[in-house]
Amino acid sequence: MFLAIIQRLWQMLFVMFGISVLVFLIFFATPGADPASRIAGRGASAEILEAVRKSFGLDQPIYVQYFTMMKKIFITGDLTSFVNRGWKVVPAVLDTIPVTISLVMGAAILWVVFSMIIGTVAAATKDSWLDRSLMILGLIGISMPVFWLGEVMNLVTQSRFHDTWMFSWVPPLGYKNFIDGPKAWFLTLVIPWITLAILYIGLYGRVLRANLIEAMQEDYVRTARAKGLSETRILLRHALRTSLISFVTLFGLDFGALVGGSALLTEVVFNLHGIGKLTYDALLNLDLPIIMTTVIFASFFVVMANAVVDVLYIILDPRVRKA
Amino acid sequence: MLEVKDLKVSFRSEQGLMRAIDGVSFNVGEGEILGMVGESGSGKTVSLLAVMGLINDPNAVIEGSIKFKGRELVGMSNAEMRKLRGREIAMIFQDPMTALTPVYTIGWQIAEQILAHEKISKSAARQKAIDLLAEVNIPNPADAIDRYPHQLSGGMRQRAVIAMALSCNPSLLVADEPTTALDVTVQAQILDLVRKLQRNHKSAVVFITHDMGVIAEIADRVMVMYGGRIVERGQRNELFLKPKHPYTKALLDSIPPLEGEKPKRLRAISGSPPSLLNRPTGCCFGPRCVFRFEACSVQPDLGKSGHAAACFLKGAQ
Repeated sequence: MFLAIIQRLWQMLFVMFGISVLVFLIFFATPGADPASRIAGRGASAEILEAVRKSFGLDQPIYVQYFTMMKKIFITGDLTSFVNRGWKVVPAVLDTIPVTISLVMGAAILWVVFSMIIGTVAAATKDSWLDRSLMILGLIGISMPVFWLGEVMNLVTQSRFHDTWMFSWVPPLGYKNFIDGPKAWFLTLVIPWITLAILYIGLYGRVLRANLIEAMQEDYVRTARAKGLSETRILLRHALRTSLISFVTLFGLDFGALVGGSALLTEVVFNLHGIGKLTYDALLNLDLPIIMTTVIFASFFVVMANAVVDVLYIILDPRVRKA
Repeated sequence: MLEVKDLKVSFRSEQGLMRAIDGVSFNVGEGEILGMVGESGSGKTVSLLAVMGLINDPNAVIEGSIKFKGRELVGMSNAEMRKLRGREIAMIFQDPMTALTPVYTIGWQIAEQILAHEKISKSAARQKAIDLLAEVNIPNPADAIDRYPHQLSGGMRQRAVIAMALSCNPSLLVADEPTTALDVTVQAQILDLVRKLQRNHKSAVVFITHDMGVIAEIADRVMVMYGGRIVERGQRNELFLKPKHPYTKALLDSIPPLEGEKPKRLRAISGSPPSLLNRPTGCCFGPRCVFRFEACSVQPDLGKSGHAAACFLKGAQ
């Protein structure tokens, strides 16, 4: 077990190193990518360019630039923005992490619970009107783009129906810290959670239904029937239990990607300053230190999420355990 | 104990009604081992799945009568049937590799069946599972009980499946080709085991196989099935020594003899089994039969009792 964790940490370092080098090269060393001319602006004179290079350390050899940047991110923590000089990047990124984690965690809980219920109910009532309507609802959920759904949610809860009993509890957009008041934190996040979760509820519900129906054709389900078990028990203890293995794989990938910044659209629509929003803003004005830092943090979360999935695998599937 | 009368199982399909079982009648007495032979698609498994009430295809139509200890099973509610399944009638399946749920230990799976039918504590069920594993000759049962199916060999898994089937002392055990997926040496052990357990638990056994050798080894009485019908039935010795139906003869001819002159080529049965959609009128073995004559265009009946064959040939009846 201890060895496995060490191995996993090595793997994580390796992935983060690879990603950081790749991103660094894309922005600093691909032909035509000259950060100095970006900073200096269009039509800057050669002297100004030279001055910018010197000032930002871009005249150094490329590997020195890379290591200086890594040192500033991980050791001294004093990397500053290229655009807004003096703005410390690392604390800014760290500030966004609780926002994104709060958003994605809550949505994940919603989508796991509801997609399990929907997928199981649909599989149990296969081909009935209930199954069909659940699957159509799921398809609708998958088809609604999150930015559109978010805007509609805002329109309904923030303006049109805000003054009615239904949505008067919805606070204005923005994130409230959990420590400052769990209730406010919860209320601001309810609508974003639902918005983000709807797509995944539809997707996971449909995937789980298909997996369950496949599992119900397996030989071990026939054995379970021959044992005289009830259909409910067969569905939940035998079919669902084995179907969870692929469910968890999918979950790990999506969760990691969302924490790593894919929740961007939801964050923008609901004015949540999470890691996705920060990356997006940095990309707009090519603020390379921020991009580098968020990418490294994002890769850290993706790798972390996968590590958690591997642990879940070991719990769920005895075949993965080593003897 | 089990009386099957004129059982017919059909499946509605886009091409029309497919009749998988076409009027099968047989009895199983207490403590008896009945062997069922026939090639793939002859209806062996389907007829026993019908007995178990395990045909849950919405397109299946089951007609006829299946009486178990005087109770009619055809049309019995699912809840009633569930109380019989696993407790009174248990089943062993062909492929032990896939017959167990991969994510639970074998002990858990055996205890699950015991707990579903008996009111005993979890620890008592576990103890019973250990005893059962010992009974089916699994070494170190107290240790094996916490193993997952993938950690056991095929033979061991089949033993675990058998232990599970026996956990509630069923009066009827249905074995669907339990040795087909196993090595020959393991096959012999499993056959010995089934015979020993049948004596100890006094269960009746219906043993399905396509292997005449296995039938000769284990069965008291034999039923030969072809195209969804019984073509010959009789005591084992009678049937093996004096087969009446050309199909049975052909099956026996396809086994290489141990003594005497060896044939240059083994005799195979020409042609292929009838399609369920397009069964021939008359005797369904007719198109492949070397003794075919005019009378065969009518469906022959199986004699009422004793050693009988569904054939018009002289001496078959």
